[in-house]
Amino acid sequence: MKTFLQSLRLLAGLTLLCGGLYPLAVWAVGQLFFHHAAEGSVLTQDDHVVGSALLAQKTTDPRYFSPRPSAGDYATVASGASNLAWTSAKLRDAVAANEKDFRTQNQLTEATPIPADLTTTSGSGLDPDLSPEAVRLQIPRVASARHLAPEKISALINRRIETSLFGPTRINVLQLNLLLDQLHD
Amino acid sequence: MNVSDFTYLALFVAVLVAVTAPLGRWLAAVLRGEPPIWLRWLIPVERGLYRLAGIRPDEEMSWRHYTGAILVFNLLGGVLIFVLQLFQAKLPLNPQNFSAVPLGIAVNTAVSFLTNTNWQAYSGESSLSYLTQMAGLGVQNFLSAATGLAVMAALARGLSRKSAHSIGNFWADLVRPTVYLLVPLSFGFAVVLVAQGVVMSFNPYVHAVTLAGTDQLIPLGPAASQIAIKQLGTNGGGFFGLNSAHPFENPTPLSNFLQALALLALPAACVYAYGLLAGARRHAWVIYGVMLAFFLGALGLSLWSEYSSPGSAALALEGKEVRFGITPSVLWANATTVASNGSVNAMHSSLSPLGGGIALFNILLGEIIFGGIGSGLYGMVMMILLAVFLAGLMVGRTPEYLGKKIEAFEIRLAAIAVLLPCAAVLFGCAISFATEAGRSAVGNAGPHALTEIVYAWASMANNNGSAFGSLTATGDWYTWGGSVVMLLGRFGVIIPVLAIAGSLAAKKTVPPSSGTFPTDGPLFAVLLGGVIIIVAALTYFPALTLGPVLEHLLLAAGRSF
Repeated sequence: MKTFLQSLRLLAGLTLLCGGLYPLAVWAVGQLFFHHAAEGSVLTQDDHVVGSALLAQKTTDPRYFSPRPSAGDYATVASGASNLAWTSAKLRDAVAANEKDFRTQNQLTEATPIPADLTTTSGSGLDPDLSPEAVRLQIPRVASARHLAPEKISALINRRIETSLFGPTRINVLQLNLLLDQLHD
Repeated sequence: MNVSDFTYLALFVAVLVAVTAPLGRWLAAVLRGEPPIWLRWLIPVERGLYRLAGIRPDEEMSWRHYTGAILVFNLLGGVLIFVLQLFQAKLPLNPQNFSAVPLGIAVNTAVSFLTNTNWQAYSGESSLSYLTQMAGLGVQNFLSAATGLAVMAALARGLSRKSAHSIGNFWADLVRPTVYLLVPLSFGFAVVLVAQGVVMSFNPYVHAVTLAGTDQLIPLGPAASQIAIKQLGTNGGGFFGLNSAHPFENPTPLSNFLQALALLALPAACVYAYGLLAGARRHAWVIYGVMLAFFLGALGLSLWSEYSSPGSAALALEGKEVRFGITPSVLWANATTVASNGSVNAMHSSLSPLGGGIALFNILLGEIIFGGIGSGLYGMVMMILLAVFLAGLMVGRTPEYLGKKIEAFEIRLAAIAVLLPCAAVLFGCAISFATEAGRSAVGNAGPHALTEIVYAWASMANNNGSAFGSLTATGDWYTWGGSVVMLLGRFGVIIPVLAIAGSLAAKKTVPPSSGTFPTDGPLFAVLLGGVIIIVAALTYFPALTLGPVLEHLLLAAGRSF
């Protein structure tokens, strides 16, 4: 009984410390110095929220770059992964279908290899990035839909490439699309 | 693989080894009750907690008393999570108005967090309130980790004390590492994570209208604080359903590197701290070497499989994130399965057949290759006892370990601690194969389906918590059966370990003689490695052959299901 009461009181104290004071301290520091990041890296256009820089969103308009396919159809609450195995016929079919769709949308021939990030789905279902190759393949489509010179879009893309010592080079698709809306001839 | 992949791996291992000694010294000092000078300002917090609970930290406990305190304390922690889940609808900090969690899931999640497994039958962003996450799951992230450290400290005391009847004070062993190690370390790490983009907010989810004109709900929550300890305390239960693959939980390549490092750092430091606490530093480095060899071997094989299995060029990015890439994802998959962390940054079910198989094998080794914080080390000591016992049989002498005679009592308990999780895995699998409830949960066909089931039971019984996500683990059999298995895998090891600690503490120390088998040389490392492989291979060889190995061969033959 003594052990029980000691446990109960210690649990209360430690819950206050680890479940109250600690998260509040992190929250306070985060809000003070990294408010934008702590609140979900939200992006706005014309004063309304269009999404988060970190979350991919469904894009069907040819005027915008498309992100990676999503197994959960870009749902955010909760997002989903395919969890399919390499020996899964479903996965083979999905990859082939994604490849075919991408070729059709971008009018690419069988001779053009399609990067794997465009044919597979991500772990989070919300992968915000694409490889530079995957973005570049979409330039002709986006340029013709917007009546813009491809070189202009290409130059924008080159400015948006992110490199890191700790991962592959990549481009954030939503941020790129928002900048695209600001491009004029 | 290119040069940058190798640089990445080399950097990771170099940093891991470099932080081992400083963190180990810090941990050992804290467990001795001598916090580092720069943290002495926290002494009033420690004392305040003792006063609040009416505890005398210098009161010595017998192993039975110690065990009782652990069981009661952990059980209460589980009850707290359980209650928070059931009543979250009526409690504050629930901006999305989530209703009560279903009973089976609530029990499973409570057990999962109190046992440091952190198996996810839940999906945080669509079912748990901020309060449940913060005051329930978040707290057990700390306390289950500290419990592991306490048991390790008690075991080290058992070995270093002579003719003693006590193994320390559980309350002090619990509070000290929490206050002087886990909270400060997590705080620093959490702030870095927020800076990288991990959310830390109490606001309701944000409504956005996307460029396509559709609605999108942006989930928020006090995530950063929880993710820091999730990684540092080998917990692994995600704030979001998709864990560290979710961009809000692991937003950048740098955050990914740091999280991968954080999940192995303290388990590695535990080995060093054990060497200091038990007075056997050379022996500790031998253990470290064996662990590192297993880890690097598994990592090498996984990378080979992921990059060179048939279909790799087209399929290797399935379930992986562009910002991480293949090599960091495979590194994480190995780190999280050798350590009993269980967080994921890529979907293990979509790894190459052998890549996923090696992740499974890492878990089946018993979470002793670095393993859980504290628990990896004491689990490894059980294996060491078996190794010295075998060596004793070979030379025909009573085995000794660190100056203590190892007798029938210790060997019996060590065998229980090693075999109980194995038995739990096999029984769980057998019943799953034999019942419709077990079989119908799978999400893939062919040998992969078998691997899914084995992985689930291996993960729960060894307190890892990662999963082949294709398995639907929310049915009654997996939630209730899983809860039992997680408890067995945790306390079925802790109780024998503490009994051994108590028994060893009571023994006299025998000076080493010419007949003593030295435990601090390469010969012992080989013997220990052999014992670990033999135990796992004898238990799981058929399952591994019919699952991942067969799937690999069929993949090579061009079969799909």
